[in-house]
Amino acid sequence: MGSSPAAVAPVGGARHPYAPTPYRVLSRVSETADTVTITLAPAGGAPIDAHRPGQFNMVYAFGVGEVAVSISDGGRFPAPLVHTVRSVGKVTHALAGVVPGQVLGVRGPYGRPWPTEPAEGRDVLVVGGGLGLAPLRPLLQELLAHRERFGRVEVIYGARSPKDLLYYPEIQSWRQRTDLRMQVTVDAAGRDWYGDVGLVTARLADVRLDMARTVAYLCGPEIMMRTTARDLVDRGIPEEAIWLSLERNMKCAIAQCGHCQFGPVFVCRDGPVFAYRDLRRLLAVREV
Amino acid sequence: MASVGDRRRIDRGSFPALLAALRSEGYRVLGPTLRDAAIVYDEITTEADLPIGWTDRQGPGTYRLERRNDGALFGYTVGPSSWKRQLFPARERLWTARRTGEGFEVAPEPPDERPVAILGARACEIAAIAVTDRVFDGAHRDPGYYARRGRLFVVAVQCGQAGATCFCTSMNTGPGVTGGFDLSLTEILGPGGHRFLAVVGSEAGGRVLDRVPTVPAGDEDGPAAEAIVARTAASMGRSMDTTGIRELLPSRPEHPRWEVVARRCLACTNCTMVCPTCFCSTTEEVPSLDAEQVERWRRWDSCFNSQFSQLHGGSVRQSTQSRYRQWLTHKLSTWHDQFGTSGCVGCGRCITWCPVGIDLTEEVAAIRTPAPTATAPRGTP
Repeated sequence: MGSSPAAVAPVGGARHPYAPTPYRVLSRVSETADTVTITLAPAGGAPIDAHRPGQFNMVYAFGVGEVAVSISDGGRFPAPLVHTVRSVGKVTHALAGVVPGQVLGVRGPYGRPWPTEPAEGRDVLVVGGGLGLAPLRPLLQELLAHRERFGRVEVIYGARSPKDLLYYPEIQSWRQRTDLRMQVTVDAAGRDWYGDVGLVTARLADVRLDMARTVAYLCGPEIMMRTTARDLVDRGIPEEAIWLSLERNMKCAIAQCGHCQFGPVFVCRDGPVFAYRDLRRLLAVREV
Repeated sequence: MASVGDRRRIDRGSFPALLAALRSEGYRVLGPTLRDAAIVYDEITTEADLPIGWTDRQGPGTYRLERRNDGALFGYTVGPSSWKRQLFPARERLWTARRTGEGFEVAPEPPDERPVAILGARACEIAAIAVTDRVFDGAHRDPGYYARRGRLFVVAVQCGQAGATCFCTSMNTGPGVTGGFDLSLTEILGPGGHRFLAVVGSEAGGRVLDRVPTVPAGDEDGPAAEAIVARTAASMGRSMDTTGIRELLPSRPEHPRWEVVARRCLACTNCTMVCPTCFCSTTEEVPSLDAEQVERWRRWDSCFNSQFSQLHGGSVRQSTQSRYRQWLTHKLSTWHDQFGTSGCVGCGRCITWCPVGIDLTEEVAAIRTPAPTATAPRGTP
C-alpha cells in the first residue's frame, strides 16, 4: 500500500470493481435550499475514465457510504468532475455538506450516455424536471458545442418554484442565446415570478419544432417523463426518437446487486438512458 | 493415473480414504452434516460428520429428518443451505479504508487462497453454480467470487431419491450429473454391496482418485447407477410446465393471481435466502469507533425487503404483490434476458422453506390460466 491518498492496490492486475478512487472537493456551490453542486479533481492519483453526457458515478463519503449521482458537466479530464446532489438521505446529506479540500471517493463512469447521433440534422427537444436537469446539462453543453450539427433546439425546464431552479446563471445565458429556445415553468410562484406556471407538459403546445423530425431527451420524475413521452407521441415524435433517463436504487452500479432491475434491464448497465420505445409497456405497469 | 472419463468403483469401506485424499491434496472439505434438525453444509473432517442413515421428508413449508433403514451416506436431497454461501458469502468484506492526513487509502480485501472441496453437490446445485458463474462474470467480474470459484473442487453426488418439492427434471438440470464436477459419485446400495461408482471429471479429480483404493467399475455398476438416476427422475415430487414461460410471466403483470399469492406471502425473504441462484446484495459501511478506519461489506439482500427498491420518494415496489411478481418473473423469465439461462434449477428449496408453503410451480400454473374476468387491467395505456 503506497502513501498516496489515491493508492488502490490492484487485484489480479485490475482495479477492484468496488474500490473508489479518492477525489478532492474543489468547490461547493449552493443551487437551492437542499441542493449543491460540487466539483472534484483526482486527489493525486490517476483519474477515472472519461465520461459521456448522461453517465453517472458512484460517489463515496468516507465512513458514511456511497450513492449513484449523475455527472452534470460535460468537461472531460483534466476538467473537474461535477455532481449536483440533493440532500435527501444519509449519504447525500454528507455529500451536500462537504467543504473544499475534503476527499471523497468516486468510481465510474457507469451507464449508457445520451445518444446524440440520432439528433444530427434534426430538431431537438430537451425536457427536464427538477433535479432531472443535472444529467441533461452535459447533453445541452454538447449540443451547443456542435450546434451546427442540429436543427432547432428547444428546452423546457420545470421546477417546483423559482427558488428550486438549478444552474440559474447558466439558464440565464441559455435564454439569451438566439440559437436556442428555452421555456422555464414552475409549479407555483409568487407575484415576483414573470415566467410560466404549470407542468412542463403544458409548455409542449408551444414548442415550435418539426415534430416528425425531432429527437427528444427527457429527465425528471418518472410520472413527468411518462406523461411527457405520451404527449410527444401524440404530437408526432416517433417513439424511438424519445430518450429518457431512469432512476432506481443502486448499490453496485455494475449489474450485480440486483437493486436497479426494471423488468429485464439493469438500469445501471443497460440505462440509465433508454429509448422510450423499449420501456413504454413496462412504464405503464405499476410497481415494476 | 485416473484420467478424465474413467469410471472406478469405491467400496463403502474405502470411502474415508476419499476424505483423506481430498485433505492430502490440500482441500478444506465442506459437505452435508446434521445441525439444528436439518442437513446443512459445513466442514467435514471424518465420515462421521455425514448424516449417515438419515433422510429428509419435505413438503411445502415443512422439512423433517427421519431415520433410514440402511446406512446410506447420501440418502437425502437438498437442505436449506446451498453452495452459494461458499462462493458468494452471506457477508463479505470488499475493502478496508484508512483515514490519512488529507484523505483515505483503500485496500481491497485480499482473496482467500485456500482450496475448498465441496462434497455432495447435486445436479441442481452444479447447475446453480453455472448460473451464478454467469451472474458474477461480465465487464466487472467479481474478484471474490472468481477467486473462490477458481479453487473449488466439486465432488458431485447423483441423487438416489427425489424430494416432494423437487422438480429438476422440469428445469432440465438433473437428477443426472452431466458436467461441472471434478469427481462424480453415485451411491449404490443393495445387491453387489454398498459402493460408489466414481467418474473422473478433471485432472484434479484424477489426482484425488489415485489416492483412493478403487477397482475398475464392474459391468453391473454403470447400469446400476443409471437405474438409480432413472428412478429418481421418475419420482419427482413436483413438476412445472415451462412452455413459453419466458413470455408468459411478463405478459401477465396484472393477473389477479399476484394479489392472491400476496395474501399469503409474508415477504420474509426465506425463498431468496435458500435459493441457490438469488444474488441480490447490498453494501454496508462499518466505521471503527474512532472513525479512522472503515470496512465496506457486501451482504445478501432480497427483493422482498421493502427498502430494496427505495428511492427518495419511497419504495418503487410497495406492495408484497409487486415484490412476489418481481421475484418470480425475474427467476423464470427476465433472467433469460439478463444471463441467457433460467434462474431456477428446480431444487424446490423455496417451496420447502416458505413458512406458509407457497409453491412456485402452483403459482406458475395459476398464472398460466387466463384471468377469469376480462376487465381492463389497471395501468394499461
